[in-house]
Amino acid sequence: MQLAPSILQVLQERFRDVAFHQQTTRDAIPTFWIPATNIVTVLQFLKTDSVHAYSFLYDLCGIDERNRTKHGYTQPSDFTVVYHLFSYKQNQFVRIKVALLGEYPSLPSIASLYKNANWYEREVYDMFGIRFDGHPHLQRILMPITWSGHPLRKEHPARATEIGPYQLMHDKLDAEQEALRFKPEEWGMQQESEDSDFMFLNIGPQHPGTHGVLRIILQLDGEDIIDAVPEIGFHHRGAEKMGERQSWHTYIPYTDRVDYLGGVMNNLAYLLAVEQLAGIEVPERVKVIRVMLCELFRIASHLVWLGTFAQDVGQLSPVFYMFTDREKIFDIVEAICGGRMHPNWFRIGGVSQDLPKGWESLVRYFVAYFPPKLKEYNNMVMRNSIFKARTKGIGAYTRDEAIEWGVTGAGLRACGMNWDFRKQRPYSGYEFFDFDIPVAHNGDCYDRAVVRLEEMRQSLRIVEQCLNNMPDGNYKADHPLSTPPLKKYTMRDIETLITHFLNVTWGPVIPPGEAMSCIEATKGANSYYLVSDGSTSAYRVRIRTPSFPHMQMVPYISRGYTVADLLSILGSVDFVLADIDR
Amino acid sequence: MTVMQHIWIVLGVLFVLLNIAAGLIWVERRLLALWQDRLGPNRAGPLGILIVLADTLKLFFKEDWIPPFAEKRIFIFAPAIVVASVLLSFVIIPFAPHIVVADLNIGLLFFLAMSSLGVYSIVLGGWASNNKYALLGALRGASQMIAYEVFMGLSLMGVVMLTGSFNMGAIVEAQKDLWFIVTQPVGFLVFFIAGIAETHRLPFDIPEAESELIAGYHAEYSGMKFGMFFIGEYLGITLISAMMVALFFGGWLGPSFLPPLAWFALKTFFFIGIFILLRASLPRPRYDQLIEYGWKILLPVVLANLMITGAVALWMRGS
Repeated sequence: MQLAPSILQVLQERFRDVAFHQQTTRDAIPTFWIPATNIVTVLQFLKTDSVHAYSFLYDLCGIDERNRTKHGYTQPSDFTVVYHLFSYKQNQFVRIKVALLGEYPSLPSIASLYKNANWYEREVYDMFGIRFDGHPHLQRILMPITWSGHPLRKEHPARATEIGPYQLMHDKLDAEQEALRFKPEEWGMQQESEDSDFMFLNIGPQHPGTHGVLRIILQLDGEDIIDAVPEIGFHHRGAEKMGERQSWHTYIPYTDRVDYLGGVMNNLAYLLAVEQLAGIEVPERVKVIRVMLCELFRIASHLVWLGTFAQDVGQLSPVFYMFTDREKIFDIVEAICGGRMHPNWFRIGGVSQDLPKGWESLVRYFVAYFPPKLKEYNNMVMRNSIFKARTKGIGAYTRDEAIEWGVTGAGLRACGMNWDFRKQRPYSGYEFFDFDIPVAHNGDCYDRAVVRLEEMRQSLRIVEQCLNNMPDGNYKADHPLSTPPLKKYTMRDIETLITHFLNVTWGPVIPPGEAMSCIEATKGANSYYLVSDGSTSAYRVRIRTPSFPHMQMVPYISRGYTVADLLSILGSVDFVLADIDR
Repeated sequence: MTVMQHIWIVLGVLFVLLNIAAGLIWVERRLLALWQDRLGPNRAGPLGILIVLADTLKLFFKEDWIPPFAEKRIFIFAPAIVVASVLLSFVIIPFAPHIVVADLNIGLLFFLAMSSLGVYSIVLGGWASNNKYALLGALRGASQMIAYEVFMGLSLMGVVMLTGSFNMGAIVEAQKDLWFIVTQPVGFLVFFIAGIAETHRLPFDIPEAESELIAGYHAEYSGMKFGMFFIGEYLGITLISAMMVALFFGGWLGPSFLPPLAWFALKTFFFIGIFILLRASLPRPRYDQLIEYGWKILLPVVLANLMITGAVALWMRGS
């Protein structure tokens, strides 16, 4: 909190004629409202200023404020655009808000300032209808181009039952098909150069190399990639919109499915924000249980990635060995949580149940079993000379480029940046664990793989420490908003019984305010930015996922390589389509 | 040999080969499964061997679809080429003494000529499909085959020098005392690599690279036309394995407790196994890396091998 006044002072000093309004939030991130006209100059200053160096546009999202019931938390605003900036130098977030009035407002684009703002602004446009002046190609990104309405506006229906039955008649089918046709001119692409005609190759949405429903259109000269346009949104399920109608508690299973390889790690990102809003401090045992399961899921996710990456470059066998090992992790997860890929097991203020009897022996077996396997995989995949030839020097980017494009996670650490949110901004008790942050320096496909392989080893170390130092205590915080609440007094007095009843039937009422969590998920930085209006469900749920900016960077790092290299690049980036589209 | 005997040999070879090609579906899937810690097809029949029947029936009964945008006649013609050319190559393979379809005195050259024809199948199939993936696959296939044809031919010339004949039977006979693998290890290695490239199997399955080009040149093929490419590939593996056995591992020669034909079959199956093991273990190099590897490494190596073999052969004759 000490930094907050200072940055406000600096800003006020620098921009004397701009009105900055400070807002206090539950997560203590310095938050200012500024007029729309000043957004570019202020962000430019924050980005380039050598002291603060907010060089990383962490997130950009919109909020429809028109249905607010609790006033005093915002400036007068119909729509708010929120910019989350992060400074690696200061290890500090700053939140800039712009209040917009009117039905379909507009504000200046910052796409020329931050490379990764392009897609975020398209998303805000797609979801809210807010226009960004000066954006190079403001087109829908998640919804189909033919969609009418902007889903995250409050008047847009959330359920299929609120709109008529969907029918795909022949003429509509033809129109939809036509809308999917790629027109190079729209993207400013040439059909031919001086000495060759370009081929436009459509990869996906059904393609074995794209790991899901992703479409990439390549502009090819022979087999060399001139340019690429990723088209996303095929996996969009409106996870943010669902957050506005589910209760705080019943939204947890939806988070499981955002990064579907990360399992309970998604629960954690969401719950950290909810618990900040509710003011819940969870017991030590809960923290360690959560860390243990998260790290198990990190290993499981990395195993899937390594197997499919090897398969992308043509090695058919590793994926089977790795899925076998992943099953061993799922055996543990199943014994503890009951579920496997989507356990939906963390709860507001704790976890669903205490650890079962005998969990130690399961985890201990895995901790002993896995290291030799890792060594084997290292020999099998990483030391294979053809694998090296396919991945070394391919899809490389520098540290500055990574920050500019919003890369986090292993992709950032592969280009020499020693940054892990578990270490630099510890949450859920990570500060008490002893582990190293693997770093590599070339930033190419191979180095991203090196980093992830070492991360598995480090995650195993953390799991082992959890195993040996599991604290005693309760598996849920003793707090009225813990869900479902502990029942120790319900049979004694009517007041707690009523509270318990309401909490279970309606769900908890989270006090108004806003908070953002930030965790080091399997693929990079994952955040839930929650706005509460003091109701049983969130007013706005914003999910900042790591895969979204990573995918945005793919065209930039694949230009000049061949189609075969694109598959190496896609494999090494390690994205999950649900994590991109939400 | 009477005419009837000849006909029996031809029919026998054809029968055995086509069955082996089909049976390899099962062998490959079971072996891959074994190496990948899986079970593989184990439901139909003993050890799942009837999967062969099921797969073949399925291919026959599938809709034989020709895309409306394809060049119809060439599209139909292309898959036949690969099967025909590989089957024709088998003509010169000596399975055992006197069991050979045509004992040509230019046997080896005939084999090289036929294997060159196989590339037409890929190029025409890919082109006639009128599909971008198929076209890319066809282009890759053409350049790969042309490059590796050269080394394949050159790698065998050492054997020819040592034997003094292109006749396959003579080459096998010349290995009575010493298999050519001992005197021609480099020739064998290059032939083996070129053979993988010729059959476009992993790691050199670049024309059909699944994760990049989906199925490459045969992306548009279905039903039995696809089955032809499929069988062509397995016949190709068998052919290259049989050639390696005949040229470098003494063909039918072996201790007399087994008949010559059995020796030949055993050795051939060993190399088929190696092909499948390669598929289970190696990733795929990039297309330009493969071509570069061919021209920059294999070509000098094979030329050096040729020179040294020639020099030694001359010296031995001189002394």
